[in-house]
Order: sequence, then structure tokens, then C-alpha cells
Amino acid sequence: MIPIDLPTIWAFIIAFAVFVYVVMDGFDLGLGILFPLFPKKADRDVIMNSVAPVWDGNETWLVLGGGGLMAAFPLAYAVLMPALYTPVIVMLLGLVFRGVAFEFRWRTQSARNKWDIAFAGGSLLATLAQGIALGAILQGIHVSGRQYAGGWWDWLTPFSILTGVALVIGYALLGATWLVMKTEGELRDRAYHLSWLLLIAMLCAIGIVSIATPFLNVQYTQRWFTWPNIILTAPVPIAVAGVTVLLLRSLANKYDYQPFFLTLALFALSYAGLGISMYPYIVPQSITIWQAASPENSQLFMLVGVAILIPLILGYTAWAYWVFRGKVNAESGYH
Amino acid sequence: MFEGWDAVVLARAQFAFTMSFHIVFPAFSIGLASYLAVLEALWLWTGREVFINLFNYWLKIFAVAFGMGVVSGIVMSYQFGTNWSAFSDKTGPVIGPLMAYEVLTAFFLEAGFLGVMLFGLDRVGPRLHFFATLMVAVGTLISAFWILSANSWMQTPTGHAINAEGQFIAVDWFKVIFNPSFPYRLVHMVLAAYLTTALVVGAVGAWHLLRDQHLAGPRVMFSMAMWMATLVAPLQILAGDQHGLNTLEHQPVKIMAMEGHFTSHKHGAPLILFGWPNQAAGRMDYAIEVPKLGSLVLKHSLDAPMAGLDTVPRENWPPVPITFWSFRIMVGMGLLMVGLGLLSLLMRFRGALYNSRLLHLFAVAMAPSGFIAVLAGWITTETGRQPFTVYGLLRTVDSASPLAAPAVASSLIAFIIVYFIVFTAGVIYLLRLMATPPHHGEQGPSSDVPARAAGITPAAGAAAAEGAAR
Repeated sequence: MIPIDLPTIWAFIIAFAVFVYVVMDGFDLGLGILFPLFPKKADRDVIMNSVAPVWDGNETWLVLGGGGLMAAFPLAYAVLMPALYTPVIVMLLGLVFRGVAFEFRWRTQSARNKWDIAFAGGSLLATLAQGIALGAILQGIHVSGRQYAGGWWDWLTPFSILTGVALVIGYALLGATWLVMKTEGELRDRAYHLSWLLLIAMLCAIGIVSIATPFLNVQYTQRWFTWPNIILTAPVPIAVAGVTVLLLRSLANKYDYQPFFLTLALFALSYAGLGISMYPYIVPQSITIWQAASPENSQLFMLVGVAILIPLILGYTAWAYWVFRGKVNAESGYH
Repeated sequence: MFEGWDAVVLARAQFAFTMSFHIVFPAFSIGLASYLAVLEALWLWTGREVFINLFNYWLKIFAVAFGMGVVSGIVMSYQFGTNWSAFSDKTGPVIGPLMAYEVLTAFFLEAGFLGVMLFGLDRVGPRLHFFATLMVAVGTLISAFWILSANSWMQTPTGHAINAEGQFIAVDWFKVIFNPSFPYRLVHMVLAAYLTTALVVGAVGAWHLLRDQHLAGPRVMFSMAMWMATLVAPLQILAGDQHGLNTLEHQPVKIMAMEGHFTSHKHGAPLILFGWPNQAAGRMDYAIEVPKLGSLVLKHSLDAPMAGLDTVPRENWPPVPITFWSFRIMVGMGLLMVGLGLLSLLMRFRGALYNSRLLHLFAVAMAPSGFIAVLAGWITTETGRQPFTVYGLLRTVDSASPLAAPAVASSLIAFIIVYFIVFTAGVIYLLRLMATPPHHGEQGPSSDVPARAAGITPAAGAAAAEGAAR
């Protein structure tokens, strides 16, 4: 079974940070992806306002993921970043465009449309780049010594494009169900409609990626389909099926909150699937979490802070969401 | 394209470019967050409307500046890995945890309370809102603490060892965090942030006073800013001097480059005011110097011997012209700030603080001086550390990622294009906000949508102010 040692604990912490990032920034990137489908200014104002008070905090988890990786697994950070050079740079530039749009679009009448395009384009690019990076990691990375040894374009394959598109669909679904939860009237109706289409697309995407992944590497196949692993891995697809049924039901019943949280459950299960495929490698097929780990005293030093601060952070982040709870409409008192 | 270029030089250019754009915003928001906390505290304490007007006025500016700081900061946190992977692998165990603590103790605190600070006054009430403002302000300072600790460790590394994989590892975390140059750098930088903000606030106040001397908001902000300049600018020169003496002790080569001392002086070194450092020939051309003053400043003795770059192997020389000149630009800005502070003090005693056109024009001209000084100071200290990333231990050429020049060049060009578009627009919006004076019933960022103005009218703001005053 999984040994409980510091690198394992840290692998879970980093995985947790990245997952919280996906949960939180996923829906607000998704709103950007859906932006072109809501051309009316009033709708766009509401969409922006539904995340304006929290988007900074959402993106901070990405900084924790990157910073934490450098601190806890410096070798993995040093190998992955050059390997994913182009997707990472594109993601960063996308995030620059969409991040400033939150403030800039309120500061100009004449160029508001341009910042709306920046918001939508930046969100789409950042998501696509994140999905491609994920695919590129899964398909394996050339390593020699303590350095990345592949080329500048290794990340670009049909599989990585597939994961890129899949993530765009997934974030868009999160965005649509977020709107179902946070808005009213016609805007909410349109979000419902989109949620149906996106859910179907998302299920197809999960299916295709799940089928394609075992073909990448024999190790993935063994991990998922050999006895006795299958006892541990089988519940994942079964749970996906269960959540899907609940999600379809909640959409049919036009619930407010359930679609968003069930979509998050779908993300959590897909994420668990990724974890099962990758463990114990942090750079698949070449570097394990133990090889990449920082010395014990570095990991221990940070663990103290994480143990105290993460609950605190989750606490006040939840408070901030609570302050801005409920439906957003044109008369809400912010932005 | 770019095949003949040096990937390391391009990576350095990229770091310098993205960092220079980034540093401007935190420097401004550290000072502005504290200023906002002071304004809100004054409003809660006195109930005077002018303070909440000023608070809301600067809050809108803060929101734009903070957003630009966040997005350019995310770039920095990944830049270590993309362009400096060897550095990340080797120093990650030591400076990685410092940066992780920055995220955990500072970034989350700022981001978590920012939403409430910007949009939440009506939802949480004045007292809880003030707490949120304080948390954002404290967060910016904690952030400065950790990132300057990490930077200072690269300048004056202590408390570490090197393991079998060639990585730096921490032996004593206290010594790593509180390394010799850290306290000096922290004080110098936080004062710089406060000064930078005060100079911007003062310039905006002065700009509006030039048009109308009776505006309440501009009068208050101008007076507050000029007190900061009067008190903090001289303090900053003192802090800078102490920081310099600390550098002389721990990084003497950097001081040689800053002072332009190519040659050693056995009986007192001159203070070179200006000159053209000729790195290739290893001498100072066209030097204008004061004999023996250099020794007096740095060693507090006219005849103290000072070693020059001729005692250092050439391959360990930093780029002298950049270090020499950026240092002079920083000091020049500092002296001008002291001048502004003194002039404002004189006018204040004469009762002419709000109607001296000379003072107001001077203050407007000084608007960018804080940013220029911050950039010049950082260029001095970072260039002066070269050719090392970890001073004396890890060379810059051994720190870079295994990337080909075209990859680094393309991303550099992409950053330049995107940053110029985004930050030019941002600066225009900031200037536009600053160009209108704060007025009666000033609204925060929540007022942007016309439909909403009905919900939070000036009357409601005034009622809140009265409520707080009671």
C-alpha cells in the first residue's frame, strides 16, 4: 500500500493545491470561455460580477501549486517547466489578459469590447494550455540526468490536444453550472441549456481520454486493468456513472446548486483517475516523488506552515464566498 | 532567427524585463494598502467625510494596480522553472519554502480579503470592512518579508550546506531567513514602497491644487504625502547608507562596481561622482572625483585603504557601467525627494503649503521618481551580484534552463508585446482615474455600473459615515 512518508504527504498537498485551483479557477476560466455566447452587455456585467470579488484568491492556488512544487519537489519543477515551456508561457500570457480585463473593462467605454475579447480569448488560451500541459505530462517526458532532454515541441501531440480540448469543455461546463447557481431569469435559462450540451460533450471527452490513456503506456494499462488493482480502480468509473446520473437528474429538475457541485464531483473523480495513473511518478515514467523530493528538513519546515495555514486560508476564503453569496443581478452592490 | 544568440543572455533579459514591470506594482500597492488602512482608520475615528472620499478614490486606483501586480506576479512564480530550471533544482530546497510561505501567509491573505475590501463595505459593515483592509495591508508587508528574505539569501547566503546532488539544503532555517543583508534590504525596500506611494499621492494632490487650491480631498492628501516625504526621505538615506555598509562587509565587489573603483587605493579612495566606467580597459574614464571622500563615506576615515576591482579575478566582475550608473540614478532621486520634503516643510511653516505653485509643480514632476529609484536600486543590487545567482556559489551561466535561444527569444518577444499592450492600457486607466479630483460622495469600485448607483447613493455613504462616527 501507499507508505506514509513526507514525499507522499507532499504529493497529496501539491495535488490538493492543484485540485483546489482547478475547482476554483475552473469555473471562472469557464465563464471566460462562455463569454462570446453572451453578447449582451448586461449579461456580461452580471457574469463578471459573479466572480469579481473572488478571482484573485482563485488564481493564488496556481501560485501555490507552482511555488509548492519548486519547494517540495524542485527536481520535478526543474524538469517539467522547460518541458512544458510553450504551454506554460501561453497560459501565463492568457492569464495576464483575462486577469486585467476584470478591472480594465470598467475603466473604459470605447475599448470595453476589446477587453471582453481579451477576457474570453485569455481564458480560452489559458485553459487550452493547461489541458495540453496535462496531456504532455501524461504521455511522458524525456529526462537525462537532472534535466529535461526533449525538444521544444515535444508537448504537441494528438493526445495533448485531446486533453486540451477536454479541459476547455470541462471548464465551460463548470462555468455554465456556476451561472445556473449564481444568476436568474433568461441568463440562467441559457446557462441551463448550455449545461446540457456541455455535459454531453464532457462525458464524451472523459470517455475518449480514458480510452486513450492506457494506450500511451503499458504501465497505465497494468495500473488500471490487472488483478488486484482493478478492485481499487473499478470504483472510479462506477462512481463517474453514478455522479452522471445524479447530474442529469439535477439538470432535468432545474436545481440551482446541485449541477455545479456534481460537476465538481465529476472533476474530482477524473482527477483521482489521473492520480491513479501517475502515482508514484511525478514526471511519468522517469522521476518518482521520492527522487524529486526536497530534503526532509525543507519538507518538514513547510509542513508546519501548511498544517496551520491551509485550514485558516480555507476558512477565510469560505467567508469571502459567504459574504458574496446568493444570486448576482444588475442591482448587486459591487462592481 | 536567433540561432546565434546566447540563450542565457536572452533568459536574463526576459527576467529583467518581466521583473521590472512587476516590481513597480507591488512597490506601489505595499504603500497604497497601508495608506488606505490609515485613511479608513481616520474615517472611522473622526467620521470626516473627506477620509472616506479619499479612501474610495484611492481604492479604485488600488484595484487596477493590484490586478496588474497579481497577473505579472504569477508570471514570476513560473519564470524560475521555465528559464532557470537548473537554479530551481539547486536552490529549490532553500528558497522554495520561503516563497511557499510567502504564498501561504501573504498572497492568500491579500486575495482572500481583497474582494471584501473592494466590494464589501455595504455587506459587512465598516468595522469588519476595516479589518479586511488591514489584512490586505498586512498581507502586502508579509509578502515583502518573505520575498526579500529569499532575495537576500541569494545575495548573502548563510545557514546552508550542499548535498550529494549538488543542491543547496538548509542547515539552520533561522540563519537562512535572517541572513546578513535581509534586515537592511527589508527596511530599505519597505521605506521605498512608502515613499513611492507618497510621491504619487502627493503628485496627484498637487496636480489638483494647481487648478483649485480649495479642494478638500487634494489638500488632505497633499499634506499627508508631504509629511511622508519630509520624514521618510531622510530616513531612507540613512537606511540606504547602513545597507551600503552591510554590502561592503558581505559583497565588497558590488560596492567596487557601484563606486567605480577599478583600482585599489592604499591611502584613501576618492569618491567618484561621475565618470564613464570602461570595463574592457578596467579604468574609469572622464572621472570627476573628490579625493579621499570615498574612504570617508564607506570606512569613516580619510586614509582608510580600499581594495578595487584589480584585486578580483576578471571572471568575477559584475557589469560595472550598469551598476555604477543605476546607483547614481537612485541616489539622485533620493536627494531630490529630500529636497521636496524640505521645501514642503518650509512652505508649511510659511502657511503656503496649499498655494505654492513652485512646490506643486515640483511635486507633480516627482510623481515617477519613486518608481525610477526603486527600479534603479534593484538594477544596482541585482546587477552587482553578477556573475552569480547565489553570490559566490552558483554562477548565472550554470543556472539557466537547457533551452535553445529561439525558444527563449520567442517568449521574450511575446512578453514584450503583451506587457506593452496591457500595461500601457493599465497606466492610461490609472492616470485617467487620477486626473479627476476626489469629490463629495466619492464611490468605491462598486459604483461602476450605473444601474447600481441607485443602491449606494452618496446619502447612504454619508449615513454610513455618520453611523461610524457615532
